[in-house]
Amino acid sequence: MSVLVDRSTKLCVAGITGREGSFHAANNRRYGTNLVAGVTPGKGGQDADGVPVFDTFHEAVLATGANTAMIFVPPRFAADSILEAHDAGIATIVAITEGIPAHDELRVSAHLRRTPSVRLIGPNCPGVLSPGKANVGIIPAAFFREGNVGVVSRSGTLTYQIGSELAQRGLGNSSIVGIGGDPVPGSSFVDIIALFEEDPETELVVMAGEIGGEAEEQAAAYIAEHVSKPVVGYIAGFTAPPGKTMGHAGAIVSGSKGTAAAKAEALESHGVRVGRTPSEVADVAVQLLGG
Amino acid sequence: MDLLEYQGKQLFARHGVPVPDGRPASTVEEAVAAADQIGYPCAVKAQVQIGGRGKLGGIRIAANREEARDHATAILGMDIRGLTVHELWLERASEIDAEYYASIVFDRTARAPLVMLSTKGGMDIEQVADEDPEAIASLHVDPLLGFQDFHGRRLAFEAGVAADVVRPVAEVLAKLYETFISEEAMLVEVNPLIVTPGTAGETAGRQVRALDAKVTLDDNSLFRHPDNASLRDTSAEDPQEQMARERGLIYVKLDGDIGILGNGAGLVMSTLDVVAQAGGRPANFLDAGGGSKADAITSAVEVILSDPKVKAVLFNIFGGITRGDEVARGLIEAFHQIQPQVPFVVRLEGTNDAEGRRLLAEANLPNVHTASTMNEAAERVVELARESMAGAAR
Repeated sequence: MSVLVDRSTKLCVAGITGREGSFHAANNRRYGTNLVAGVTPGKGGQDADGVPVFDTFHEAVLATGANTAMIFVPPRFAADSILEAHDAGIATIVAITEGIPAHDELRVSAHLRRTPSVRLIGPNCPGVLSPGKANVGIIPAAFFREGNVGVVSRSGTLTYQIGSELAQRGLGNSSIVGIGGDPVPGSSFVDIIALFEEDPETELVVMAGEIGGEAEEQAAAYIAEHVSKPVVGYIAGFTAPPGKTMGHAGAIVSGSKGTAAAKAEALESHGVRVGRTPSEVADVAVQLLGG
Repeated sequence: MDLLEYQGKQLFARHGVPVPDGRPASTVEEAVAAADQIGYPCAVKAQVQIGGRGKLGGIRIAANREEARDHATAILGMDIRGLTVHELWLERASEIDAEYYASIVFDRTARAPLVMLSTKGGMDIEQVADEDPEAIASLHVDPLLGFQDFHGRRLAFEAGVAADVVRPVAEVLAKLYETFISEEAMLVEVNPLIVTPGTAGETAGRQVRALDAKVTLDDNSLFRHPDNASLRDTSAEDPQEQMARERGLIYVKLDGDIGILGNGAGLVMSTLDVVAQAGGRPANFLDAGGGSKADAITSAVEVILSDPKVKAVLFNIFGGITRGDEVARGLIEAFHQIQPQVPFVVRLEGTNDAEGRRLLAEANLPNVHTASTMNEAAERVVELARESMAGAAR
């Protein structure tokens, strides 16, 4: 088992004829992901390396039974593409695109919430990898293997760093979920931790947060109430000055809000162990899994 | 992107939020001419992106032309908490009966705009929230429904605004919401939102006006708002940050002496933390981004070294899309172009890391050290920065 993507995933990629989209779609397919379709308006009827391309998500779903979308279109078109995938009945939407206007994300999020069964991962995220099963996104799969640690993170490369530290200690992953660094992520830590709690293969969860917002604090409260599996936390940005956006649009300490120290404290006060460095996170994970 | 007060007020005026009549000026002569046109008494206000400028002498009232000249002369070029005043905003001085507070923030947790109103204006709202949270009325607006009249009424009644201004306050809130949505703002704040005195001590004719404006726009939406994009105040920007932005790099200047480059915002933040834990002080945040090519890395080295405080540099790369060999090539090219005088520590892992390390070993760059883990790299760079300081002191 794993969460969000697995062997039943039938992937349709928006932007499959673009440079980045075609590269990563091919990569995902090579990994074993069942890539069934692509969508590029005006290029319906063509194929991308043998994958049929459709003008609309609706046609793609009808013809191929696609159940997962990966959004790889430029920021100004991305919100529309997410809404189209949702309208066509796709239940898992992974949006890789970085730089989507925040107000677009607000409207998308408000609309998608009306259909609770639909899940948006991202935007501005590296995607989801379930080692040995499926890879939807840009996570370099070679560094990860199957195992029992679920990882959820707001950052891409930091996830790879933590994953690699875990791998060095012999631990693998059930799934790795990048929820993205934007102000309005489609899925929160709470959403993904709830999935890991239900997933029989996952025995421990690592959550890697960063400055900005209150998602880590909410996760801390949720974990204390609802999660039986051990969770190890990490927070990046202790040295970030207030008022500066640290790369991710969502990573900003506003006034006294959203600091790394407050987040680490919230997690610890709810019984979540917090590693001070990525390698300490892996050490704690090993300890909690008993060796 | 944060706007200056007058830029915010100009956006407000466009959406029908009442603001005092005013004009910008960047020289004393312009200021005097503007004050003459507006009439006296006239407020001369420093345009800097920092709170509390009034207490620091950045806002003064001129009763006549001579005072306008004196105040403009005093304020232009003034230093307010490290920011130099290059621009003034002159506006008709307002008489004030009451000071309220109004804002709309982009509430990430609720994933909806949060509208706030308080009758305790003129002071720091975080302080009000701490001391007297009851004094702030707030509600979320469904972004798909928009701001309705009842939202405004409810806020005005709950905040306890004076009965005669319930309607105008509610109208101002609706127009602020319109500004927030149409200009794609992350924050719209008015502190104070004033009520002017009525005629002859009566409440009749009292008006509501935005006396200040704090607006933050979403950088990601500026492509839809070319007029707003041109409002960026580059004079307030650090020269290194400006240079980095022009080259498409994400750079934040800090005040330490260890230059940092990494790929991916989370990893770079984490690198800063690990360096700080090792006893070092990061000089900057620099995210070279995903898939950086050699020339981006060369540019990044230039930006980092343009800060004279930098005594050592750490490269922490975990390649996904970014390839280790490209990073190595960029660094080698940077050494050819600018011959850095400070030590570098490079930690390369991920895609094509072996090839990157091989290229670096082959190039045998002076004073470039490699480390195999992030912790080791951090400790090494802190050590080298210390040695470099000691060397300079000798």
